[in-house]
Amino acid sequence: MTEELLAVRGLTKAYPGVLANDRVTFAIHEGEVHALLGENGAGKSTLVKMIYGLVKPDSGEMTFRGAPYEPPEPRAARNAGVAMVFQHFSLFDAMSVAENVALGMENPPALRDLASRIREVSETYGLPLDPQRTVGDLSAGERQRVEIIRCLLQEPRLLIMDEPTSVLTPQEVDILFQTLRRLTSEGVAILYISHKLEEIRTLCDHATILRQGKNVGSCVPRETSAREMAELMVGAAFASPRRAGRDMGPVALDVTGLSVAAPGHFGTSLRNIHFAVRQGEVLGLGGVAGNGQDELLAALSGEFRVDAEAIRLHGKPIGLLGPAERRAMGLLTAPEERLGHAAAPDMSLTENAILTAATREKLTRHGFLKWGEAEDFTRRIITRFDVRTPGPGTAARALSGGNLQKFVIGREVLQRPEVLVVNQPTWGVDAAAAAAIRQALLDLAANGTAVICISQDLDELMEISDRFGALNEGRLSEVRGTRSLSVEEIGLMMGGAHGMEVAHG
Amino acid sequence: MLRLEKRPQPSRLWTWLTPVLAVLITMLAGGALFATLGKDPLEAIATIFWRPLFGEFAFYYRPQLLLKGAPLVLIAIGLSLGFRAGIWNIGAEGQYIVGALAGAGVGLAFYPAESWMIFPLMVLAGAVGGWAWAMIPAVLKLRFGTNEILVSLMLVYVAEQLLAAMALGLMKNPDGHGFPGSRNLRQYESAHNGELISGTGMHWGVVAAFIAVIFAHILLNRHILGYHIRLTGQAPRAARFAGVRPARLVLFCLGTSGALAGLAGLFEVAGPAGQVSIDFNVGYGFTAIIVAFLGRLHPVGILLAGLLMALTYIGGEIAQSNLGLPAAAIQIFQGMLLFFLLAVDLLTNYRIRISSREVA
Repeated sequence: MTEELLAVRGLTKAYPGVLANDRVTFAIHEGEVHALLGENGAGKSTLVKMIYGLVKPDSGEMTFRGAPYEPPEPRAARNAGVAMVFQHFSLFDAMSVAENVALGMENPPALRDLASRIREVSETYGLPLDPQRTVGDLSAGERQRVEIIRCLLQEPRLLIMDEPTSVLTPQEVDILFQTLRRLTSEGVAILYISHKLEEIRTLCDHATILRQGKNVGSCVPRETSAREMAELMVGAAFASPRRAGRDMGPVALDVTGLSVAAPGHFGTSLRNIHFAVRQGEVLGLGGVAGNGQDELLAALSGEFRVDAEAIRLHGKPIGLLGPAERRAMGLLTAPEERLGHAAAPDMSLTENAILTAATREKLTRHGFLKWGEAEDFTRRIITRFDVRTPGPGTAARALSGGNLQKFVIGREVLQRPEVLVVNQPTWGVDAAAAAAIRQALLDLAANGTAVICISQDLDELMEISDRFGALNEGRLSEVRGTRSLSVEEIGLMMGGAHGMEVAHG
Repeated sequence: MLRLEKRPQPSRLWTWLTPVLAVLITMLAGGALFATLGKDPLEAIATIFWRPLFGEFAFYYRPQLLLKGAPLVLIAIGLSLGFRAGIWNIGAEGQYIVGALAGAGVGLAFYPAESWMIFPLMVLAGAVGGWAWAMIPAVLKLRFGTNEILVSLMLVYVAEQLLAAMALGLMKNPDGHGFPGSRNLRQYESAHNGELISGTGMHWGVVAAFIAVIFAHILLNRHILGYHIRLTGQAPRAARFAGVRPARLVLFCLGTSGALAGLAGLFEVAGPAGQVSIDFNVGYGFTAIIVAFLGRLHPVGILLAGLLMALTYIGGEIAQSNLGLPAAAIQIFQGMLLFFLLAVDLLTNYRIRISSREVA
């Protein structure tokens, strides 16, 4: 490798009760793709926030291109040549691409000049994007390109990317990787955060591994197996999910001609969806984020009412029933958004257990809550799913994302569902916990539950599902057996590379 | 430089400390206000907070505390249920008036018959009257998506017109020599909400207020409906996911707060006020909003806040007559209480950190 670009020495940051980063030391060289690996809560976000000037370290020092570097705010970091693409986009749906880019710039040029520069950059780096389009109409992959181009216009020396591929189709991931390789060939360094170890093996030159805020080692991903990296992250060996041979029973959930109008201006309408899941079967539903996943979950959970006949549970029409009635019949769901949807942030875990388990776990008598039993049930979730928390009285928002996810999935799994629908069950969850969640889903299926797993993680879907379908703009592709599918076919089912053609227009 | 840092979870200590702190800051700022009006601030604060309880005429003022506190607590308890769920009934004053009119109407209709059944019937009518008045914003909200804040508030002015019409027309005392106002219910044994224990101020409204506190406490902490109310206020999307029907909550919360405000009106008109008159309502329905928030929307907190607010009412009146403080100054003082409470509320969810920019 060439010259050292960013050196971090002994960086430490403490929050009340946690040491988020404990004397972290590592260096990034020009032109390299450097992966930052670690479980949830290992301190990756804190570290990059310090590099980007969002958080100030308690002690330690950084040098950037040989000079001392301590950005008091992101603007200083950007001026020094550090740019960051966040996991959650900060874009305005109602504005055009060019307007959105202008909003993030210090001294935006006239919109017309900006539009031509956007075209220029997007063509140079192979990121097709039309500056005139409204952001609300873009796919997640295209939105990410807006963010990336916004960064590239600043001509950064170091580009930080936080979980960039979680919203992309395989084809879009290829496009992104080509762009990143092109950038590194120009000497730009990339600090890459991801949970997808295979991806890191393809792309990254070096990896630094954090565990509990400490730098516990580094490796060359190409020469290390995904499993070895995962074990470095966790600090222990863990088991991969195993699927037992199982018999499929009769159809448990039958969806016929399900259509739902988009609730909001930028939501996705569901159009004429058909599928059936049998007892003991895992149906994987893939697709790029924002193609109707949330709406499908809401239609199945009962938050949206649909035609009575559109959804049948064990042959009974349930389209008009609400969430509570559907739960009573054995149809349980776990939405993607943990805080605010699957769980109430300021309520305790016990109260959040009551949220969906009141009926099936009989946590009420004549409408009065049985706090003792609710707490026992909560403790069972905590123990069985290894939720790291001081206790059932802790507020949901005090848990890390991964731990809350384990709680939310555990809450449904322990209620012995007949049909379980999960959306992004392992999103933001570390490798070991993700394996545990997938195993729990497979175990449910082995005991005769019909499982529908909506996910954007294709590896996950390939690992656990018997049949696979993809959502694209609110339509469901043909559902096919997983074993016979190739990655290319899956990509095509998902709608291919979104918007490949527009940049040339 | 001061910085705010979000707490991982709301501080229990500060939840209870902020109202106390708000009262103290209000005393300071209020003292400054009284000083600029040319009054001795210590004297004024003592008059408001000390005299009614421990002064020379405390024997007279202490019962007043219950008389004024009861309607505030009764109304605030009802309001707090809706506020917890994000359903904003601002028109308790109107429901209070209509409850009083309905209850007094039943009583007056029986005049001069005497029966033990009359008072319970009046209580029922009072609750139903308040409930029905609150159902107007509820039904309009559910049917047409109107904003309950505006509708309930505007219905207060409608209720005031109704009150004036009743006092001058239908309910006017036939033996009143043409003066506005109804017969005095205090002189009508079966309809009179008198003192249960002489000299204490204890009447049925006080009993009802205590029952409401206990009822609300059990509802919120022990019952699934109370859980759904809290859930809806804190995380509406999670509430829908849990299967809460928003429409039922709107009906329940507005209905209950209306009924309790109606009860408060009935107990007032049949007791301390005695008659339906043009100036029957004195703003309990609005002050109860302050009481609800001052009490942290918590039943026991509301009980304490109601008593505190009653104290500032009584103390304020003494300060007006003894020190010549303008009535508006007292209202500002009460407003300050809510203002400072909302301001220091921040400490429950955030901690203040003092940091210098130079730390690297």
